[in-house]
Amino acid sequence: MSLHTPTTEAEACAVVAEARAARRPLQLRGGGTRAGLGRPSNATDVLCSAGLTGITLYEPSELVIGARAGTPVRVIEETLAARGQMLPVEPADHRRLYGTAGEPTAGGLVATGASGPRRFAAGAIRDQLIGVRFVNGAGEAIKSGGRVMKNVTGLDLVKLQCGAHGTLGFLTEVVFKVVPRPETALTLALHGLDDARAVAALTLAIGTPFEITGAAHLPGGGPGDAVTLLRLEGFQASVDDRASRLAALLGAFGAAERRDAASAAPLWEGLRDGVALDARPDAAVWRLSVAPTKGPAVAARLAGVAERHAFDWGGGLLWLAVDPAGDAGAAAVRAAVAEAGGHATLVRAPEAVRAAADVFEPPAPALRAVTAAIKASCDPERVLNPGRMYGGV
Amino acid sequence: MSAIAFPAPDPSILARRPAILAGLAALLPAECLVTSEDERRAFETDGLTAYRQVPLAVVLPRTTEEVSRVMAFLHGQGVKVIPRGAGTSLCGGAIPQPDAVVVGVGKLNRILDLDFANRTARVEAGVTNLAITGAVAHRGFFYAPDPSSQLACTIAGNIAMNSGGAHCLKYGVTTNNVLGVRMVMVDGTVVDIGGQHMDAGGLDLLGLVVGSEGQLGIVTEATVRILRAAEGAQPVLFGFDSVEAAGDTVSAIIGAGIVPVAMEYMDKVAIEICEAFAHAGYPLDVEAMLIIEVEGSPGDMTEQLRKIIAIAREHGVKTIKESRSAAETAAIWKGRKSAFGATGRVADYICMDGTIPTGRLPEVLRRIREITDGYGLKAANVFHAGDGNLHPLVLYNINDPREQEKAEEAGNDILRLCVEVGGCLTGEHGVGIEKRDLMGCQFDRADLDQQMRVRAAFDPAWLLNPAKVFPLDGRLPPEVPARPAAA
Ligand SMILES: Cc1cc2nc3c(=O)[nH]c(=O)nc-3n(C[C@H](O)[C@H](O)[C@H](O)COP(=O)(O)OP(=O)(O)OC[C@H]3O[C@@H](n4cnc5c(N)ncnc54)[C@H](O)[C@@H]3O)c2cc1C
Repeated sequence: MSLHTPTTEAEACAVVAEARAARRPLQLRGGGTRAGLGRPSNATDVLCSAGLTGITLYEPSELVIGARAGTPVRVIEETLAARGQMLPVEPADHRRLYGTAGEPTAGGLVATGASGPRRFAAGAIRDQLIGVRFVNGAGEAIKSGGRVMKNVTGLDLVKLQCGAHGTLGFLTEVVFKVVPRPETALTLALHGLDDARAVAALTLAIGTPFEITGAAHLPGGGPGDAVTLLRLEGFQASVDDRASRLAALLGAFGAAERRDAASAAPLWEGLRDGVALDARPDAAVWRLSVAPTKGPAVAARLAGVAERHAFDWGGGLLWLAVDPAGDAGAAAVRAAVAEAGGHATLVRAPEAVRAAADVFEPPAPALRAVTAAIKASCDPERVLNPGRMYGGV
Repeated sequence: MSAIAFPAPDPSILARRPAILAGLAALLPAECLVTSEDERRAFETDGLTAYRQVPLAVVLPRTTEEVSRVMAFLHGQGVKVIPRGAGTSLCGGAIPQPDAVVVGVGKLNRILDLDFANRTARVEAGVTNLAITGAVAHRGFFYAPDPSSQLACTIAGNIAMNSGGAHCLKYGVTTNNVLGVRMVMVDGTVVDIGGQHMDAGGLDLLGLVVGSEGQLGIVTEATVRILRAAEGAQPVLFGFDSVEAAGDTVSAIIGAGIVPVAMEYMDKVAIEICEAFAHAGYPLDVEAMLIIEVEGSPGDMTEQLRKIIAIAREHGVKTIKESRSAAETAAIWKGRKSAFGATGRVADYICMDGTIPTGRLPEVLRRIREITDGYGLKAANVFHAGDGNLHPLVLYNINDPREQEKAEEAGNDILRLCVEVGGCLTGEHGVGIEKRDLMGCQFDRADLDQQMRVRAAFDPAWLLNPAKVFPLDGRLPPEVPARPAAA
């Protein structure tokens, strides 16, 4: 096995070109914090972005930041915070979920599309990513998008790279749009609601003009532990005003407890990082995306396989902890999602399970053919993370 | 003549026209098939009216199944297809060619489902942009992307072009507001991509389809996000003595942590044209004007406007006009939203659509002036200031071929300038035929080849909207369809 850590894009191109010529697949790596995500790879050579670091562009008044792919997300967030800005997506940090060390990188964030709680209101990472540079499987440096927010020039390969888990290119640089950091945040917490009532409360709240930026429900371990969370952000006076009116509107769901930004932060971080579920360390973890109001019914249907569950995105994101034995609940989860409409990802499971079950939602046959054709168009010899998303792709 | 070239029509297709029409007639009732020369002329151009090509035929299917049957048949015959919505494209995206059949979504105009709890609307692709908002407004909801053409343009066209509008600074463009599509692939296969849920389970094919300019399939249905409207919205209008002061004001507002829902810029020429048309009360004694809109609760808006006005004052604003009524607000926006139409009353124009880093604004506006002066032409500048999306309208006389040529050359120079300063050729109108031959100034050969290979994953034989987006020379050779045509 060899480990390649190119320090320039040209070096990365050479590594890929050589791998292609030798037909030796490469495992792509950022900080290695999400090593347990995706189908296991049999590639022994590693291409790592650790040598490609640094902010390449930051224009606060244009709301744009660019960084080389190996740049720690932390560095980007600190750079933005110093000017009162932030990435709107609340990038997930999966170290606690996977028990990994290292640093989440900008490239890893993009490749896995790991959006946090603000996603339903502010868009996903794919919505904030405005430019990429990547090395395709032929060892060519390719760019798409750029540094301006509005750009419809040519096919949007930016979105295609986002969430492709490195199967379509080795990212070398990414550019995001950013937003001003809100002056303050306030979370309203409702207690003791069952799933259906909780999602009804979230739905009511998101349907108001009060600009909710977080909407989650944690059923908790025992009866009465359930907590339903609604986050408001902005200028202080505005947040206070909206919170009072929202609390009044939610009266039928019980008294709303107010939590300030600091006291609620760990809850939102737990949701962001996939640990709010409080799964036992060896449980398999699923992440389901469905229409928000269908969340409770899907959870109820899967009550037999799920040890714990939690809702984010107003009910549309359902986290499940499942016994890792057998198929880790795959058959039941896939069937429930097929009926509700949506998709499910087995985000954490033992290697043997991930090798046998579909980790990502299996596409319909026509779309599977398109997926394979796109893979071939970017990586004809299948040297970039082959099989990480789908077998044979 | 610098005119944009069309590929020579395929004589074998033209020769088979009667058989192709007969085949279509067997699939569709007469009311869905347009074959006469006169009626086909209605489809010969779009918003880029300087170019016209009469298609082989036009079909207007009523269901996804009909689209599927038509596509399977045309695919089997090797006939090219031009998808069409309302035909308002400004880049010639919907302009046909003589050996191609236009597949229009004009009869696919039903709203299928409104789901306020999940905040989605499922509509057929021929539904107009404004009709979606119209269908949900009674519950206080709206569909966010608001192109100025929203009364006419279809969601299909919006998806194909990834259209934007004045309020996209806060709410994003089409791609940020579409959750799913039903699409007929080139061989007639029907696929569903996305749905009522968020994000993709596999590759982000939806992200690829949005903005693909009708090259990947025929979209027949869409599921879009609808949003609860803010409690109120209020614009303020600022007049400045200099372009720089207006540009600096925009930067300072964003720097202060305020992202208004819209920030629109107009220069003197545009102000005069729009004021004469809309009587919006625009100041005529200024060089540049900004319309800035804020949203929220009454308290919120007052606070934001207070901060914004203070910033404008620091930058020497000359005129401040706050809207005091719904009628005044409507008038302020009427002037801006009718900018293209109002300009069309005084001259023919080509509407450019480049985007630039906003910090380069004063320099770019100065150089646009130099470019148009150099050709002896005039431009009116209207643009989305918050995101740097420029719409210089290059004015000319369409009946003077030399002037048309000059206007096109000036437009191309302006777009090259946008790329040179770090921007792009098109922010929301698309490439179409208009910017096709400029793609090489923004992308390298390898970039374009990669895009074309991805395109070929959907349409290996290049039958869908084939003369658009990619320069005609240097194209990857089309592959003969891999499998036999569906019966
Ligand atoms: C006065 C005026 C103002 C405008 N203002 C704006 C603006 O503010 N912002 C903005 O972004 N644009 C604007 N436009 C441009 C235009 O309105 C948009 O590009 C719009 O989205 C086109 O929609 P349409 O229904 O007219 O599509 P068409 O013009 O018919 O087609 C546009 C493209 O979509 C493809 N297409 C159509 N239907 C389908 C389908 N079913 N499946 C796949 N592909 C399909 C076509 O092949 C073509 O490439 C303006 C145009 C005018 C004339």
